[in-house]
Amino acid sequence: MQELLLIAVGSAFVNNVVLSQFLGICPFLGVSKNVKTAAGMGGAVVFVITISSFVTGLIYKYILGNPNIMGGELEYLNTIVFILVIAALVQFVEMFLKKVMPPLYSALGVYLPLITTNCAVLGVALTNVQDGYGLLTGVVNGFATAVGFLVAIVLMAGIREKIEHNDITESFQGTPIVLVTAGLMAIAFFGFAGLI
Amino acid sequence: MSRCTERLYNGLVKENPTFVLMLGMCPTLAVTTSAINGIGMGLSTTAVLIMSNMLISMLRKIIPDSVRMPAFIVVVASFVTIVDFLLEGFVPSLYDSLGLYIPLIVVNCIILGRAESYASKNPVLPSIFDGIGMGLGFTVGLTCIGIVRELIGSAQIFGIALPEKINIGSFHMFIQYEPLTIFILAPGAFFVLACLVALQNRIKRNLANKGKKVPAAAGCAQGCSSCASRGICGGHPEDGMPAALSEEAAADDAQDRKAENEESKNSENADTGKEGV
Repeated sequence: MQELLLIAVGSAFVNNVVLSQFLGICPFLGVSKNVKTAAGMGGAVVFVITISSFVTGLIYKYILGNPNIMGGELEYLNTIVFILVIAALVQFVEMFLKKVMPPLYSALGVYLPLITTNCAVLGVALTNVQDGYGLLTGVVNGFATAVGFLVAIVLMAGIREKIEHNDITESFQGTPIVLVTAGLMAIAFFGFAGLI
Repeated sequence: MSRCTERLYNGLVKENPTFVLMLGMCPTLAVTTSAINGIGMGLSTTAVLIMSNMLISMLRKIIPDSVRMPAFIVVVASFVTIVDFLLEGFVPSLYDSLGLYIPLIVVNCIILGRAESYASKNPVLPSIFDGIGMGLGFTVGLTCIGIVRELIGSAQIFGIALPEKINIGSFHMFIQYEPLTIFILAPGAFFVLACLVALQNRIKRNLANKGKKVPAAAGCAQGCSSCASRGICGGHPEDGMPAALSEEAAADDAQDRKAENEESKNSENADTGKEGV
């Protein structure tokens, strides 16, 4: 239990997926204009990463990394299989939510197609395999990583809403000031390093 | 043949993926802690880009339009796996320092973007040269950022420490420089990129003031009208109103994009280069 907690805190804050590993920069910069959309995007990412780390974990455990199938030598297919599974999964989750849970779909649905190209999803799936995480540990790691993304993007959106009213040098308006803000946030997140 | 050199020029200068289009930001930020890493990542991406462009261009009449995205992804992922193993076998030190970011070349928007916007519509040879041009443009971008970060952050260039003393004739110059370690850590990447984008904004504004044509940036933060990967991402939330992507909205979406395209053609941003080729 304690080990799981350490992994969770480590992936959510200490090695924050956006601010120290640079995964998912595109949505982080593109969808952080206001807190509401940022929270929607973050929620969708939490949803998809948790499910995808479970599914890719299953596939790895029972097919690709299974010593009984081809002597466990199918690991070289990891990248190809995971990216296709994630792409299919996102489509599937979208259709499923639309039919079964319309309220959740209306909250997250529009962000789902954007997530396929979010490298954080594939990144988490591959990290789980590389670090030898089991199924449960992998899901906890995925969930925590996604929560880290949610925290970072919502914080960034909150700051950007305030920045709107500031007087910024003309060249630094738009993306540059967002990047500077992200840099300062990354420095602040160094403070979490003492947690583990 | 002139078409091929035009492709090289286009990738290296006119539509440089790092400096002009702002594509592939994840590796740009993550692996540029030193110039060597930048070169390694750039060349790996170039190799994948050339091979995937070639194969996709060869298969462009065979792949059905409705499943082209998954097909492209499989092609790209296969080549990425090959490059991954080659690096692990022959350049283990680079493999260790790039780590997770090599398999993540699969989701680099430059590669799928080029497959979608160029290789799937053009013959093999220009597609290969398009891959070379774009890949080298990306390599140059990563190397430049890597050099800056390595120089400021660890006082080295390509792993060689700065000399402590420079002799010019009888004139001696002593260099005392305390490296700013923050520049090879995560925040430094954001700061360097911020300065780079600011510089780019400034240059563009100057060019626009002189009435010259300015190529539009295509990073995800810049909107969809000029984005090379819009075929993949399918839409972009703008002004807090995400583009609805359900089937009913798809038709409207396409119309919007057409309108957007025309609008941007009329405006000062000349992204006709991309559509017109």
